[in-house]
Amino acid sequence: MFKAITAADAAALVPDGASVMIGGFMGAGTPERIIDALVARGARGLTVIANDTAFPGVGIGKLIDAGCVTRVIASHIGTNPVTQKKMIASEIIVELVPQGTLIERIRAAGSGLGGVLTPTGLGTVVEDEKPVIEVDGEKFLLEKPLRADFALLHAHEADYNGNLTYRLTAANFNPIIAFAAKVTIVEPHQIVPVGVIPPDAVRTPGVLVDHLVERPR
Amino acid sequence: MDAKEIIARRVALELRDNTLVNLGIGLPTLVAHYVPEGVSVAFQSENGIIGFGAPPPDGMEDPNLTDAGGGYISALPGAISFDSSTSFALIRGGHLDMTVLGGLQVDQQGRLANWMVPGKIVPGMGGAMDLVVGAKRVIVAMQHAAKGKPKIVETLTLPPTATRRVSLVVTEMAVIEPTPDGLVLRERAPGVGIDEIVAATGAKLLIAGDIPEMPIHWAA
Repeated sequence: MFKAITAADAAALVPDGASVMIGGFMGAGTPERIIDALVARGARGLTVIANDTAFPGVGIGKLIDAGCVTRVIASHIGTNPVTQKKMIASEIIVELVPQGTLIERIRAAGSGLGGVLTPTGLGTVVEDEKPVIEVDGEKFLLEKPLRADFALLHAHEADYNGNLTYRLTAANFNPIIAFAAKVTIVEPHQIVPVGVIPPDAVRTPGVLVDHLVERPR
Repeated sequence: MDAKEIIARRVALELRDNTLVNLGIGLPTLVAHYVPEGVSVAFQSENGIIGFGAPPPDGMEDPNLTDAGGGYISALPGAISFDSSTSFALIRGGHLDMTVLGGLQVDQQGRLANWMVPGKIVPGMGGAMDLVVGAKRVIVAMQHAAKGKPKIVETLTLPPTATRRVSLVVTEMAVIEPTPDGLVLRERAPGVGIDEIVAATGAKLLIAGDIPEMPIHWAA
């Protein structure tokens, strides 16, 4: 059984310089209250691992605006001119990873795998100096697991045991990053009693969750 | 009809009944407006949905229901949603029948560059590299030239998105099919001459026999 913490408590758990996976796709399914609390506490030096950096003033974009982030590992920053500006000014280091590779590297880390073999990126700048491995005559890139100190999730429902559901396109990276960090913090839209979520509807088992953020009071 | 509409209408004729299709952001999204009658297509958005519909009425937006560009969408009856790992398993695993992507350059080998201009714009590849590698058919929907410079070139000068040969290139001037022998001119836009297409193209085109006009309806 969890005791829910405040968003400010959650932000206080994340030290400056931490690596943080954050759920969301262009702001949809992003834990906005935890992000607001990180901005409020003046977090610095974060490495953000996420699909994108959303838009200025939205979701992860707020962390970029406030100067909380020094490194980004993402598939796309095209919708956020502030990220691009800070990258050009060398205030933020950006590592671009194909979206399907990014999510599989995270999944590999969370599933105890030593990496993934993917055809994506072969013959492009993504290949870099990564090992190319041939399996049954087909070539693949070896992409290594990607893990983080913290995973910050948005979920639709959480029960008292931390079992989670998601809504529509707000799932995106959330169910995958839940596996891949040392500490998983969830901001649910609502918290419901145990038993309200049918077993088959649980998409993230509560055993993966370390902290639940309470609803604003 | 402007260039984008010509391209979108022509690409739409490539849609086949009962298929799963992913449209890239920008010009490719226009294709959804011109699905031929009697053709039932399920559109995937890589952020995690199959079966999305037009933007909802004013005030009905759901922050949990968006497309890959972050815009609000609706869901059609039968729509399903899933996480990013499942979404890219569909794409990379050969379960996606067709993708339509924008392009910066296509070269003689049929390779596509569409994700960065070094020193100028570096938006990131997003899902483009996975889409080009994994989709059964890759259709490039782009304008024939940019600022007077051909976008169909002998060899890419921009970083490639993948090494795979794309299936078809549709511009407001022509339909071109990359083949092992080179770029074959298949169709020309209504009223556009072969010499105009050749002049606007930076790579050798293989032209055999009469080149028909695109079967798109001007009046519609």
